[in-house]
Amino acid sequence: MMFAVAAAGLIIPMLMALARGLMGPTLYDRVLAGNSFGTKTVLLIAVLGFIGGRPDFLDIALLYALMNFVGTIAILKFFRYRNLGIAGDAENGNGNGGVK
Amino acid sequence: MQLLIDTLSWGFILAGVFFVFTGTLGMLRLPDFYTRLHGAGITDTLGTELLLIAMMLQAGWSLVTVKLAMISLFIFFTSPTATHALANAANSVGLRPFGVPAKDLESGNGEKR
Repeated sequence: MMFAVAAAGLIIPMLMALARGLMGPTLYDRVLAGNSFGTKTVLLIAVLGFIGGRPDFLDIALLYALMNFVGTIAILKFFRYRNLGIAGDAENGNGNGGVK
Repeated sequence: MQLLIDTLSWGFILAGVFFVFTGTLGMLRLPDFYTRLHGAGITDTLGTELLLIAMMLQAGWSLVTVKLAMISLFIFFTSPTATHALANAANSVGLRPFGVPAKDLESGNGEKR
Protein backbone atom coordinates (compact mmCIF):
# COMPACT_ATOMS: atom_id res chain seq x y z
CA MET A 1 0.00 0.00 0.00
CA MET A 2 2.68 2.46 0.95
CA PHE A 3 4.66 1.69 -2.18
CA ALA A 4 1.56 2.23 -4.29
CA VAL A 5 1.35 5.72 -2.79
CA ALA A 6 5.03 6.25 -3.58
CA ALA A 7 4.55 5.06 -7.18
CA ALA A 8 1.59 7.39 -7.68
CA GLY A 9 3.56 10.21 -6.11
CA LEU A 10 6.37 9.56 -8.58
CA ILE A 11 4.35 9.13 -11.78
CA ILE A 12 2.58 12.50 -11.48
CA PRO A 13 5.86 14.46 -11.07
CA MET A 14 7.29 12.43 -13.98
CA LEU A 15 4.45 13.70 -16.18
CA MET A 16 5.12 17.24 -14.95
CA ALA A 17 8.82 16.92 -15.76
CA LEU A 18 7.85 15.60 -19.19
CA ALA A 19 5.67 18.68 -19.74
CA ARG A 20 8.60 20.93 -18.85
CA GLY A 21 10.81 18.99 -21.23
CA LEU A 22 8.31 19.39 -24.05
CA MET A 23 7.71 23.11 -23.60
CA GLY A 24 11.07 24.19 -22.18
CA PRO A 25 12.12 27.37 -23.94
CA THR A 26 15.86 26.68 -23.95
CA LEU A 27 17.97 23.60 -24.54
CA TYR A 28 19.09 23.58 -20.91
CA ASP A 29 15.52 23.39 -19.65
CA ARG A 30 15.04 20.27 -21.71
CA VAL A 31 18.27 18.69 -20.47
CA LEU A 32 17.29 19.53 -16.90
CA ALA A 33 13.87 17.96 -17.40
CA GLY A 34 15.46 14.85 -18.87
CA ASN A 35 17.85 14.56 -15.94
CA SER A 36 15.07 15.00 -13.40
CA PHE A 37 12.87 12.52 -15.27
CA GLY A 38 15.70 9.98 -15.15
CA THR A 39 16.16 10.41 -11.41
CA LYS A 40 12.46 9.81 -10.85
CA THR A 41 12.64 6.78 -13.14
CA VAL A 42 15.36 5.28 -10.93
CA LEU A 43 13.08 5.68 -7.93
CA LEU A 44 10.10 4.29 -9.81
CA ILE A 45 12.02 1.17 -10.88
CA ALA A 46 13.04 0.56 -7.25
CA VAL A 47 9.48 1.12 -5.99
CA LEU A 48 8.02 -1.19 -8.64
CA GLY A 49 10.48 -3.86 -7.57
CA PHE A 50 9.17 -3.58 -4.02
CA ILE A 51 5.55 -3.68 -5.23
CA GLY A 52 6.14 -6.83 -7.23
CA GLY A 53 8.05 -8.46 -4.39
CA ARG A 54 11.20 -8.75 -6.49
CA PRO A 55 13.85 -6.29 -5.22
CA ASP A 56 16.25 -7.61 -7.87
CA PHE A 57 15.17 -4.64 -9.96
CA LEU A 58 17.56 -2.52 -7.89
CA ASP A 59 20.44 -3.55 -10.16
CA ILE A 60 18.55 -2.08 -13.09
CA ALA A 61 17.87 1.08 -11.07
CA LEU A 62 21.56 1.47 -10.25
CA LEU A 63 22.48 1.00 -13.91
CA TYR A 64 19.86 3.55 -14.90
CA ALA A 65 21.29 6.08 -12.45
CA LEU A 66 24.74 5.61 -13.99
CA MET A 67 23.39 5.98 -17.53
CA ASN A 68 21.40 9.06 -16.57
CA PHE A 69 24.42 10.91 -15.21
CA VAL A 70 26.76 9.94 -18.04
CA GLY A 71 24.08 10.80 -20.61
CA THR A 72 23.49 14.25 -19.15
CA ILE A 73 27.19 15.07 -19.15
CA ALA A 74 27.57 13.68 -22.68
CA ILE A 75 24.69 15.81 -23.99
CA LEU A 76 26.15 18.94 -22.39
CA LYS A 77 29.59 18.20 -23.81
CA PHE A 78 28.20 17.49 -27.24
CA PHE A 79 26.23 20.70 -27.44
CA ARG A 80 29.20 22.73 -26.26
CA TYR A 81 31.94 21.24 -28.42
CA ARG A 82 29.88 19.52 -31.16
CA ASN A 83 32.12 16.53 -30.65
CA LEU A 84 32.38 13.79 -28.07
CA GLY A 85 35.84 12.45 -28.87
CA ILE A 86 38.02 15.50 -28.46
CA ALA A 87 39.21 16.69 -25.07
CA GLY A 88 37.57 20.07 -24.70
CA ASP A 89 39.40 23.27 -23.90
CA ALA A 90 37.43 25.26 -21.37
CA GLU A 91 39.38 28.48 -21.97
CA ASN A 92 38.48 29.27 -25.56
CA GLY A 93 35.90 26.56 -26.14
CA ASN A 94 36.97 25.65 -29.65
CA GLY A 95 36.98 21.97 -28.83
CA ASN A 96 40.36 21.26 -30.35
CA GLY A 97 42.24 20.88 -27.13
CA GLY A 98 44.04 24.18 -27.59
CA VAL A 99 45.08 23.43 -31.17
CA LYS A 100 44.04 26.27 -33.43
CA MET B 1 8.57 -3.28 16.25
CA GLN B 2 7.04 -3.88 12.86
CA LEU B 3 4.47 -1.19 13.58
CA LEU B 4 7.25 1.28 14.38
CA ILE B 5 9.09 0.47 11.14
CA ASP B 6 5.90 0.80 9.12
CA THR B 7 5.04 4.13 10.71
CA LEU B 8 8.52 5.46 10.04
CA SER B 9 8.34 4.23 6.45
CA TRP B 10 5.01 5.97 5.93
CA GLY B 11 6.48 9.18 7.29
CA PHE B 12 9.53 9.00 5.05
CA ILE B 13 7.46 8.09 1.98
CA LEU B 14 4.97 10.90 2.51
CA ALA B 15 7.77 13.40 3.11
CA GLY B 16 9.67 12.14 0.06
CA VAL B 17 6.61 12.30 -2.19
CA PHE B 18 5.90 15.80 -0.89
CA PHE B 19 9.41 17.02 -1.71
CA VAL B 20 9.45 15.30 -5.12
CA PHE B 21 6.12 16.90 -5.99
CA THR B 22 7.18 20.32 -4.68
CA GLY B 23 10.48 20.31 -6.54
CA THR B 24 8.86 19.24 -9.80
CA LEU B 25 6.12 21.83 -9.38
CA GLY B 26 8.86 24.41 -9.00
CA MET B 27 10.56 23.07 -12.11
CA LEU B 28 7.28 23.44 -13.99
CA ARG B 29 6.15 26.83 -12.72
CA LEU B 30 9.20 28.97 -11.90
CA PRO B 31 9.99 31.70 -14.43
CA ASP B 32 13.64 31.17 -15.29
CA PHE B 33 16.13 28.41 -16.02
CA TYR B 34 18.24 29.01 -12.90
CA THR B 35 15.20 29.02 -10.61
CA ARG B 36 14.01 25.80 -12.24
CA LEU B 37 17.42 24.34 -11.50
CA HIS B 38 16.87 25.23 -7.86
CA GLY B 39 13.53 23.43 -7.88
CA ALA B 40 15.00 20.32 -9.46
CA GLY B 41 17.71 20.20 -6.80
CA ILE B 42 15.08 19.64 -4.10
CA THR B 43 13.78 16.62 -5.98
CA ASP B 44 17.18 15.13 -6.66
CA THR B 45 18.62 15.24 -3.16
CA LEU B 46 15.94 15.52 -0.48
CA GLY B 47 13.04 13.63 -2.09
CA THR B 48 15.23 10.87 -3.48
CA GLU B 49 17.08 10.28 -0.24
CA LEU B 50 13.89 10.20 1.84
CA LEU B 51 12.22 7.67 -0.48
CA LEU B 52 15.34 5.47 -0.52
CA ILE B 53 15.54 5.59 3.30
CA ALA B 54 11.91 4.44 3.46
CA MET B 55 12.72 1.53 1.14
CA MET B 56 15.78 0.66 3.25
CA LEU B 57 13.59 0.51 6.37
CA GLN B 58 11.24 -1.90 4.63
CA ALA B 59 14.05 -4.09 3.31
CA GLY B 60 15.75 -4.68 6.65
CA TRP B 61 19.35 -5.88 6.93
CA SER B 62 20.02 -7.58 3.62
CA LEU B 63 21.74 -7.18 0.28
CA VAL B 64 18.82 -5.04 -0.87
CA THR B 65 19.75 -2.39 1.69
CA VAL B 66 23.32 -2.37 0.43
CA LYS B 67 22.11 -1.83 -3.15
CA LEU B 68 19.76 0.94 -2.02
CA ALA B 69 22.63 2.58 -0.13
CA MET B 70 24.76 2.43 -3.29
CA ILE B 71 22.00 4.10 -5.34
CA SER B 72 21.57 6.71 -2.61
CA LEU B 73 25.29 7.48 -2.45
CA PHE B 74 25.60 7.65 -6.23
CA ILE B 75 22.68 10.05 -6.65
CA PHE B 76 23.90 12.07 -3.67
CA PHE B 77 27.18 12.78 -5.47
CA THR B 78 26.18 12.91 -9.13
CA SER B 79 23.07 15.05 -8.85
CA PRO B 80 24.87 18.20 -7.63
CA THR B 81 27.56 17.51 -10.22
CA ALA B 82 25.01 17.40 -13.04
CA THR B 83 23.31 20.53 -11.68
CA HIS B 84 26.62 22.37 -11.59
CA ALA B 85 27.48 21.24 -15.11
CA LEU B 86 24.08 22.46 -16.37
CA ALA B 87 24.38 25.84 -14.65
CA ASN B 88 27.95 26.25 -15.89
CA ALA B 89 27.00 25.37 -19.46
CA ALA B 90 24.02 27.73 -19.45
CA ASN B 91 26.09 30.54 -17.93
CA SER B 92 28.94 30.11 -20.36
CA VAL B 93 26.68 30.57 -23.38
CA GLY B 94 25.30 33.80 -21.91
CA LEU B 95 21.93 32.85 -20.44
CA ARG B 96 21.20 35.64 -17.94
CA PRO B 97 19.15 35.19 -14.75
CA PHE B 98 15.62 36.53 -14.74
CA GLY B 99 14.74 39.35 -12.35
CA VAL B 100 18.22 40.79 -11.89
CA PRO B 101 17.82 44.54 -11.16
CA ALA B 102 18.42 46.80 -14.14
CA LYS B 103 21.33 48.63 -12.51
CA ASP B 104 23.20 45.34 -12.12
CA LEU B 105 22.77 44.59 -15.79
CA GLU B 106 23.86 48.09 -16.83
CA SER B 107 26.96 48.02 -14.67
CA GLY B 108 27.90 44.64 -16.11
CA ASN B 109 29.11 43.92 -19.58
CA GLY B 110 25.91 45.22 -21.11
CA GLU B 111 24.28 41.93 -22.01
CA LYS B 112 20.54 42.14 -21.61
CA ARG B 113 18.26 39.18 -22.05
